[in-house]
Amino acid sequence: MTTLLNVKDLRAYYGQVQALHGLSFSLNEGSLTTLLGANGAGKTTTLRAICNMVRSTGGIEFEGKPLNNRSTESIVRFGIAHVPQGRGTFTTMTVEENLQLGAITRKDSAGIVSDIERMYAHFPVLKQRHTQVAGTLSGGEQQMLAVARALMLRPRLMLLDEPSFGLAPLVVRDLFGILGKINREDKVSILVVEQNAQLALELADQAYVIETGRIVMSGKAKDIANNEEIRKSYLGY
Amino acid sequence: MELFTNQILAGIATGAIYACMALAVVMIYQAIDHLNFAQGEMAMFATFVSWQLMQWGVPYWAAFVITLAFAFVGGVAIERILFKPLAKAPVLTNVAGFIALFAIINSSAGLIWDFTIKQYPTPFGSSPFLGSQLISTHQAGMIGVTVLLLIGLYFFFQYTRIGLAMRAAASVPESARLVGINTSWMIALGWGMASAIGAIAGMLIAPVVFLEPNMMGGVLIYGFAAAVLGGLTSPFGAVVGGFLMGIFENLAGTYIPGVGNELKLPIALALIISVLVVKPAGLFGRHIVKRV
Repeated sequence: MTTLLNVKDLRAYYGQVQALHGLSFSLNEGSLTTLLGANGAGKTTTLRAICNMVRSTGGIEFEGKPLNNRSTESIVRFGIAHVPQGRGTFTTMTVEENLQLGAITRKDSAGIVSDIERMYAHFPVLKQRHTQVAGTLSGGEQQMLAVARALMLRPRLMLLDEPSFGLAPLVVRDLFGILGKINREDKVSILVVEQNAQLALELADQAYVIETGRIVMSGKAKDIANNEEIRKSYLGY
Repeated sequence: MELFTNQILAGIATGAIYACMALAVVMIYQAIDHLNFAQGEMAMFATFVSWQLMQWGVPYWAAFVITLAFAFVGGVAIERILFKPLAKAPVLTNVAGFIALFAIINSSAGLIWDFTIKQYPTPFGSSPFLGSQLISTHQAGMIGVTVLLLIGLYFFFQYTRIGLAMRAAASVPESARLVGINTSWMIALGWGMASAIGAIAGMLIAPVVFLEPNMMGGVLIYGFAAAVLGGLTSPFGAVVGGFLMGIFENLAGTYIPGVGNELKLPIALALIISVLVVKPAGLFGRHIVKRV
């Protein structure tokens, strides 16, 4: 297996406050990895540091190429799609325009058209609402739209920040089912940050546990899920 | 009745110019959240450039096109040199920047071309339009060019990918970066386009108000008023606001006793204040709702 993303000794800062204290992990091509931890552990900061949305030091390599000191928009062009917390929907634009925006860096217009159809197949509700302004969608629908928008990039790696946040349990099941399918069928590697550890561990094959800006545990997702001690002390279920 | 129609049509003609200025102001406001006080001076300077070109013997429409290119490049340059570094500065710093820009452009124009009033040609002539006494060919030309411009801008923003990217960058900058849009250049592009739109307004109004460094002062006030009336968050509202301002200004000047030319401006501004008391976001503006 080849390493897709390699993060070494990552430190991130908000002004004077240090949020990550030398965090290292790696992610294999084709894997579905989850980053778990409590509120404020540094999960979101880790994703934001990968896309250079927060000041950081340390090494971040994607397919062996360093990402440090590149602008967010140029990192996207490496094939890294980031679904931010709060979904980042373009609320004043239509569902279809949101999908078009996901593919704004691509030049193959025929491919974009067929990919939009593919997204409508993955998420039929988006097809029903394709002329609707995205701000009028429900939370679950907006999350589907955010995932679909990210996939329109044809990413190598998708970063998802708390996709389950604020969604009804049934909707979350649905969404995670689709994420698994995208990972298997479209060979998109996925790094998902979650507070809902139980659910994330069912979905992922690899897991890291992070606490106060450091990795404290790593392993196969099912080993971590089966280890009662870890579950109780870090994941709270 | 003929007087009434005449005043409405004349109002639409000057309203077209206010609409252009309002649109230019709204485009920059959408991109950087500040009002460009120097929008009128930028337009005035571009108009002088076109006049100079014609003095050198360049035909009107060639001068028109060269001036648009000049205004576009100038707008981009102003953003890159002055306002990009101020992007994270406090509001007042930006306001100071705009006032400085206003003063610099105004006095440079005076220095280069002096403050005497100059005639400015119209390519449409000033004979009655289609034999009718209601409107002159130049007024018809002002309306025609503005309508073409507005249609062109509509198609640009609605149906081209770069237009889509510009809208995205203005509405949710962080998400725009996350789909790979270079938001910083989108802002510069917005400045270039706003500057070119202003230049069109300047060249169209110059035969009416005559060419001199302070020619756009009154026009810009009406443009601001139109933008606020229509809603600073709505380009469509700004355009409608511009036309409404033009029509109202003319009707008030003609029909309200004692108003005349001197009181047109205060009456128009009083109308705006009354609208804003009822609808603070403007006629077509959105209230910004933020999730907390």
